[in-house]
Amino acid sequence: MDLSALREDFPLIAGQPDLVYLDSAATSQKPRRVIEALKRFYETLNANVHRGAYRLSAEATEAYEEARKRLARFLNASPNEIVFVRNTTEAMNLVAYAWGLRNLKEGDEILVTEMEHHAGLVPWHLVAGLTGAKVKAIPLTEEGRLDLSALDHLLTERTKVVSLVHMSNVLGTINPVAEVSRRAKEAGALVVVDGAQSAPHLPVDVKALGADFFALSGHKMLGPTGAGVLWGRYEVLEGMMPFLGGGEMIREVHVDRSTYAPPPQRFEAGTPPIAEAIALGEAACYLMEVGMERVFAHDRALLEYALKRLEEVPSLKVYGPKGPDRGGVIPFTLGRLHAHDLATFLDQEGIAVRAGHHCAQPLHRRLGLAATARASFYLYNTQEEVDRFVEALLRIEAKYRAWL
Amino acid sequence: MSVLDEVYREILLNHYQNPRNFGVLPEASRRAGGMNPSCGDQVEVMVRLEGDTIAEIRFQGQGCAISTASASLMTEAVKGKKVAEALELSRKFQAMVVEGAPPDPSLGDLLALQGVAKLPARVKCATLAWHALEEALR
Repeated sequence: MDLSALREDFPLIAGQPDLVYLDSAATSQKPRRVIEALKRFYETLNANVHRGAYRLSAEATEAYEEARKRLARFLNASPNEIVFVRNTTEAMNLVAYAWGLRNLKEGDEILVTEMEHHAGLVPWHLVAGLTGAKVKAIPLTEEGRLDLSALDHLLTERTKVVSLVHMSNVLGTINPVAEVSRRAKEAGALVVVDGAQSAPHLPVDVKALGADFFALSGHKMLGPTGAGVLWGRYEVLEGMMPFLGGGEMIREVHVDRSTYAPPPQRFEAGTPPIAEAIALGEAACYLMEVGMERVFAHDRALLEYALKRLEEVPSLKVYGPKGPDRGGVIPFTLGRLHAHDLATFLDQEGIAVRAGHHCAQPLHRRLGLAATARASFYLYNTQEEVDRFVEALLRIEAKYRAWL
Repeated sequence: MSVLDEVYREILLNHYQNPRNFGVLPEASRRAGGMNPSCGDQVEVMVRLEGDTIAEIRFQGQGCAISTASASLMTEAVKGKKVAEALELSRKFQAMVVEGAPPDPSLGDLLALQGVAKLPARVKCATLAWHALEEALR
């Protein structure tokens, strides 16, 4: 699946041919269209939304609501189920506080997985601390998949929430969310999906997933920082109290009490990230025009090519499952070299990878590793870049043999 | 010489692979931990003071070559020194790696880490154990 012509759409990629950017799992680069959408908003449309009784505000509102429709189309959802937030982290906190705090009590259980990003863990820890609920985790198999056999004893009538990552930001594992959702629903639990990695890289149909919430970060899917989405099933959103209170989310306010707007406005207190949401809508359009099937096929082709070529590096160890249920993320170590030193060596070769625990400390504990380096692919990466990555690793291995 | 050749030298390798004063100091009178939450590196520095002299110092933890070697070199540099002298050395070391200040010759073997100033992403690795030492001595 050759998408290399698209590289020209990305000013940073096109402008820095010596850079091999393999850190899209942290944040993606932005196409010109998205950057221009931000600029265009401030130059031609800037006004606050949902309040001004003048033309400019109406146009800004229309553009903002159009972005909501685009994100709804991107996820196969209804626009009134799309809540604009800052990022996945904020979306997860919204669910934990607005739903969890009011529905959980002592003895209840929140079921997560051992491969969660901290954004899928810490909000639940905070709410568990306030409610007396307990957080339990679905363990992993040796290959880095969810051990679904454990659901038999982990899913009980005490389980009120199942919160899981769709695609691991470390291992690339794509979890069978629809199957987990079905079983969680049978047990009567709410299902929350961290889609930070899946939304940018695979076709996502929230209806098919069968979950109640799906969170994504715009900046990982070609959008600007500062705008993300919480999709929530409308009936669930409708039954919830707000997360943050303030302007724009109200129906009627008295000095001592207030009533709230229907979703999604109920969850968008204060002036939202208007320009960013509009630019995120542009990013979603760009991805839909390329086609998410093609994006995924491109990532997969690079992954397979890279895994094959990385076998040429004797001291290299890669982690993560082998099979079609894996996105374009490769965690790796080189001999005994610490991941940070390795990332510094690669940086000197012009190759940008992340090193550390990637906000997944429990997963690294499970792998028995303090840290890994991580290469992640996106639609603008090429086979030639994978070659440069592998050749750099071979040079590092030869030069720093004593360090391995 | 490239920045990497400047930093990743024999002395760094030696202290990384055979860290000095590594392990637990059961009779420690002061101890402090340091952690870099973004990468997971962690260090614990244990000190036994005799009066205001650092009679013994050990460290344990896990980290990259720069953080481990920096901790190892630090323990050698401050052992036997007065608390005030150790804190002064810490100040000079951090001026060198954080601010890129011209190094003070009294830093001795610690000069091996001078090049870290040119690797901004790694400065925290080099200072991790020093922050723990300062906390332990304070």
